[in-house]
Amino acid sequence: MLYREAGDFSTTYPEDSQTFPIKFDRWRYYAVLFIAIFVIPFVINDYWVNSIFMPFLIYAIAAIGLNILVGYCGQVSLGTGGFMAVGAYACYKLMTAFPDVSMIFHVLLAGLITAGVGVIFGLPSLRIKGFYLAVATLAAQFFLVWLFNRVSWFYNYSASGQINAPEREVLGVLITGPNTEAWATYLFCLFFTIASAIIARNLTRGSIGRQWMAIRDMDIAAEIIGVNPLKAKLTAFAVSSFFVGISGALFFAVYLGAVEVGEVFGITKSFLVLFMIIIGGLGSIFGSFAGAAFLVLLPVLLKVIGVDLFGWPTDIVAHLNLVVVGGLIVIFLIAEPHGLAQLWRVAKEKLRLWPFPH
Amino acid sequence: MLDQTEGYTTADGRKIGGVVMEMKNITLRFGGVEAIKDISFDIREGEIRAIIGPNGAGKSSMLNVISGFYVPQDGEVWYKGSRRPPMKPYEIARQGIARTFQNIALFEGMSVLDNVMTGRLTHMHTGIWRQAIWRGKAEAEETANREVAEKIIDFLEIQAIRKTPVARLPYGLKKRVELARALAAEPSLLLLDEPMAGMNVEEKEDMSRFVLDVNDEFGTTIALIEHDMGVVMDLSDRVVVMDYGKKIGDGTPDEVRNNQDVIDAYLGVAHD
Repeated sequence: MLYREAGDFSTTYPEDSQTFPIKFDRWRYYAVLFIAIFVIPFVINDYWVNSIFMPFLIYAIAAIGLNILVGYCGQVSLGTGGFMAVGAYACYKLMTAFPDVSMIFHVLLAGLITAGVGVIFGLPSLRIKGFYLAVATLAAQFFLVWLFNRVSWFYNYSASGQINAPEREVLGVLITGPNTEAWATYLFCLFFTIASAIIARNLTRGSIGRQWMAIRDMDIAAEIIGVNPLKAKLTAFAVSSFFVGISGALFFAVYLGAVEVGEVFGITKSFLVLFMIIIGGLGSIFGSFAGAAFLVLLPVLLKVIGVDLFGWPTDIVAHLNLVVVGGLIVIFLIAEPHGLAQLWRVAKEKLRLWPFPH
Repeated sequence: MLDQTEGYTTADGRKIGGVVMEMKNITLRFGGVEAIKDISFDIREGEIRAIIGPNGAGKSSMLNVISGFYVPQDGEVWYKGSRRPPMKPYEIARQGIARTFQNIALFEGMSVLDNVMTGRLTHMHTGIWRQAIWRGKAEAEETANREVAEKIIDFLEIQAIRKTPVARLPYGLKKRVELARALAAEPSLLLLDEPMAGMNVEEKEDMSRFVLDVNDEFGTTIALIEHDMGVVMDLSDRVVVMDYGKKIGDGTPDEVRNNQDVIDAYLGVAHD
């Protein structure tokens, strides 16, 4: 009743292949965008931004990036944390080297640099697949963290080995450093999240996306049909790393402000983003958002219920979070390998007929 | 014998053109096994050329040589009048050779439409930056190619399933979708590896009709491997017969049917 497609006809091919072919979907999408841009910035405070919105937006970018590589192109990667670190350190070096340039360029450039690094570490994918590729990317993870720990040029020879984001502006508004306003950092991250999602959607629905999916589903047939596997895999690594690099740059510069690489961008980060796309849905942009939202909200929710409501100790709740996430991964892998996105699709199928199934 | 440059006219009155692809003394070895031994034959423009033979005769290997998946140790492949150097399969696809597979090789995670559109990849050249923006050139190219893909979908009568994920389709339809994907490339040479394997009589009739229609409507040159002798004899203009990697017969279906070597290979020889 609410959700129906009767009377909704596409008369041209562009209309038929748009992202939200059903009118109701389209209006809901515009409504979400409107609220995100014009309502939320006026009502949020530091707590909401720092514990929910910013991690959600930034992880969503990382999840989109990893989903392009794993979900669309079928190349398993465990190096997300390392690539986020590349984005963060590239952003840091750019911020300190060119203090007068707008943060937007720094973040974009950090993404491009990470794309380059991603291509280099993607080269083994031309020869190996599956578990072996996963292990090769794992090597990238450990190597990159080691590199940023050991080579002091990367952290400008600071005594602590940490990197700290200096105060930088966009259009005269402070974006990084300790004195930022909640709405400014929120909008800055939102801008990158929306842009990333649109670009990712455009790439995955066109011929490049089909090349990636062809490689994922059957690489030999793909090659015989005319897909250059070298080009397809390396563009997947480049685009994926670009988004992951942007998210790393934002994570460091806007969200945390100070980073110790081993702690923040360690192997656990790689797994966290991987869990997001498994729970959210492989091969789906919406799934990247759903997974990021789920894994960001779960600890907050558990804390509200456990600590605030029942008065349990904080560490028990933190451990409970790990147990719940682990259990959910197993449940999703067995029961719904396509994740929340698939559940959402099924729900929509059902809603089309509800409440009169005949 | 046939003229090398001029074509010939088939029994049903179709004009067959000059040589599109010529295999000259092809030998293919896997270690000590000679899968193909010194085979030569040609494929002419507009004809339906069948390759038959008992199991293990080397038919599929031959098709893999044509589509560039295997590189023969000896011999030359001539395509459209020039010798083809060894190249990657995707480069050969761009030269206008498309194929289907013996055991279906569709992209299971994608819809029928996406599978067919994947077949159009060799005709899509918009760069990654343009595609990221989408509006403009990328969208126009997508629409233009969608039109061609829809024509093929109409032609093969799979409109109703165009948005269905391929994994949900029954076997016979999958075979048809695979043909659609190969046709979407608008190939000048179409290779079919056992297009009727595992089908019932009705599905075989449908598929035969489609093969003939494709040849008729688009003028596509077709080379196919098939085990069903009735189908092969009805469909093809000329037949190559292989046995143990050797060519034992080459000619029209009638000539092949009466060839003593072919009869021996299929029915066996009495050892006295």
